[in-house]
Amino acid sequence: MEEFKVIDNYLMIRLPDEIDHHKSVDISTKADRYIMNKKVGNVVFDFERTTFMDSSGIGIILGRYKKIACFGGKVYAINADNRIRRILLLSGLQNIVEIISN
Amino acid sequence: MTGRPADEEKGMGIKMIEIIEKKKGNTVTNKMRLEFAALSNNESFARMAVAAFITPLNPTLEEMSDVKTAISEAVTNAVLHGYENRNSLEDRICMECMLRGDVLEVEIADRGIGIEDVRLAMEPLYTSKPDQDRSGMGFAFMEAFMDNLEVESEMGCGTLVRMCKKIGISSWIDSEE
Repeated sequence: MEEFKVIDNYLMIRLPDEIDHHKSVDISTKADRYIMNKKVGNVVFDFERTTFMDSSGIGIILGRYKKIACFGGKVYAINADNRIRRILLLSGLQNIVEIISN
Repeated sequence: MTGRPADEEKGMGIKMIEIIEKKKGNTVTNKMRLEFAALSNNESFARMAVAAFITPLNPTLEEMSDVKTAISEAVTNAVLHGYENRNSLEDRICMECMLRGDVLEVEIADRGIGIEDVRLAMEPLYTSKPDQDRSGMGFAFMEAFMDNLEVESEMGCGTLVRMCKKIGISSWIDSEE
């Protein structure tokens, strides 16, 4: 299960083991509720536990980016392994998401 | 009188083709066929089934995740677009996998609404549902992660996605030597 945590102005989303279309719907709606209710400006996606992701993951990130970018918010990706990183780069997401390597 | 040598020649010819095809690894070495309901939670079932199917080929972790991602994309397309996310038990997706030596061939077919313009649908970032959280990268990922991708579709009849990929780094090195 995904976990959400608000730290200052940042919404931290710890993503589940596998991210596909089936799971993405739930993550997106929950994330949007936090963005609306807690008025967070930035979103951090934590891929620490994630071993599988398809283009639905890209959809989650793009969707959240669209929601916060107009207010000057930023999107970050942390703990992404090589496979996740490859998918992010293949989609050209490095231009809108700051991929932080540890 | 003249028929005999010609027949023998023909027989020889077929045998030669068989031998050549075997060397190229063109003979089917394993097969499986799955039919499942077009539910979104079957996306993970489908990719895990294919992952298990190719395990005897000793795929690398990268190859394994490439295949899983491509399968996931194709099945998601069928569930979400082909069957318009109805999640009905009546809608079926048929997946057929074949191994020719170390080459995996997958066919994923649905009897959904079909794609009006396959070329446009395959464009990276194109999505027919821009209001939803879709990235439009489905076909682009299938193309990037597999060696070959073919899409056939007819409006109102359904869509067939055919992909193949050579598995096993070691076999690549062998064939180059």
